Amino acid sequence: MRTLSALVCGLIFGLGLVISGMTDTTKVLGFLDVLGIAKGTWDPTLVIVMAAALAVSLPGMLLAKARSRPLFADATAWPTRKDIDPALLAGAALFGVGWGLVGLCPGPAIANLGTLSPAVLMFAAAMIAGMIAHDLWRRSAARREAALADG
Amino acid sequence: MAPFDPVSAAIGGALIGLAATLLMLLTGRIAGISGILGDLVDLAGGDRTWRLAFVAGLIAAPLLLAAAGLGLRAPAMPGWTVILIAGLLVGFGTRLGSGCTSGHGICGIARLSPRSMVATLTFMAVAIIVVAITHHAI
Repeated sequence: MRTLSALVCGLIFGLGLVISGMTDTTKVLGFLDVLGIAKGTWDPTLVIVMAAALAVSLPGMLLAKARSRPLFADATAWPTRKDIDPALLAGAALFGVGWGLVGLCPGPAIANLGTLSPAVLMFAAAMIAGMIAHDLWRRSAARREAALADG
Repeated sequence: MAPFDPVSAAIGGALIGLAATLLMLLTGRIAGISGILGDLVDLAGGDRTWRLAFVAGLIAAPLLLAAAGLGLRAPAMPGWTVILIAGLLVGFGTRLGSGCTSGHGICGIARLSPRSMVATLTFMAVAIIVVAITHHAI
C-alpha cells in the first residue's frame, strides 16, 4: 500500500506541475524576472501555484501532525531540525543560481523527462551527478573527521 | 511563452498541495523531490521502493496527459554549458540545503518550519538576482 500510495502521489504531483505550467521554463523564468513587473511582462503564475498548494497543504500538514501515525507506515518522518546553519543557506543559494540559469527545479526536471528532450535529459543527468557528488563529499568529510577524532 | 492562466495555475497548485498532503498522511513522508530523488540515487540510501514509485508517477503523469490529448512540449532550454553547470548546481545545492521548491517551498512552509522559510527566501532571492543579471545586464 505504501508503494501504491507513493505512485499515486507522484502522479498527482506530476499532473499538478504540468497543469499549473511549472514544467514550462519560460513561465518560471518569467516569474523570477521581477524587473518585468514595471514593463508588464512579469508572469505571476508561480505565486498562484504556491498559494494554491499551500492553501491545501497547510491544513493538510496540520491534520497529519494531529494524527498519531500515517495510515500505511509506523511513524511519520517529520523533519526535526530548527537551526539555520551555513549548509542550508549555501545550499539554497547554489540551488538558486542553477534555478535562475535554466528555470528548472528537481520536480519539473523529472516531470519533463518524458519529452525525451536531450537538453532536459542532460540537465537531469547533471543534477543527479551533483546530488551524488554532494553525498560522496559529505561522506568523505565525515570519515576524515572520524579519523581525526580517532587520532 | 504560454499566456498567464490563473485557473490552471490554481488547479495545478492545489493538486501539488494535495499530493504533498496525501504522501504525508498515507506514508508519513515529505514530498520533497530533491530528497526523494537524492536518496533514490544515493549508493548508501535504503528504502528505495516507495521513492522509485513516486518518481515513476512523476514521470508518468505528463505522458498520461499527452495520451489524453494534452500536448507534451519540451521546455525552452539554454546552451549545453549553462545546462551542465545549472544541473550540477541544482543537484549539489538542493542536497546541501536539504531541499528544493517542493520540500522547503511547499511542505516546509506548510509545516511552518523556519528553516524552510529561510531556504525558500534564499533560493528565490538568488534566482531573481541571477535572472536580473542574465536577462538584463548581459
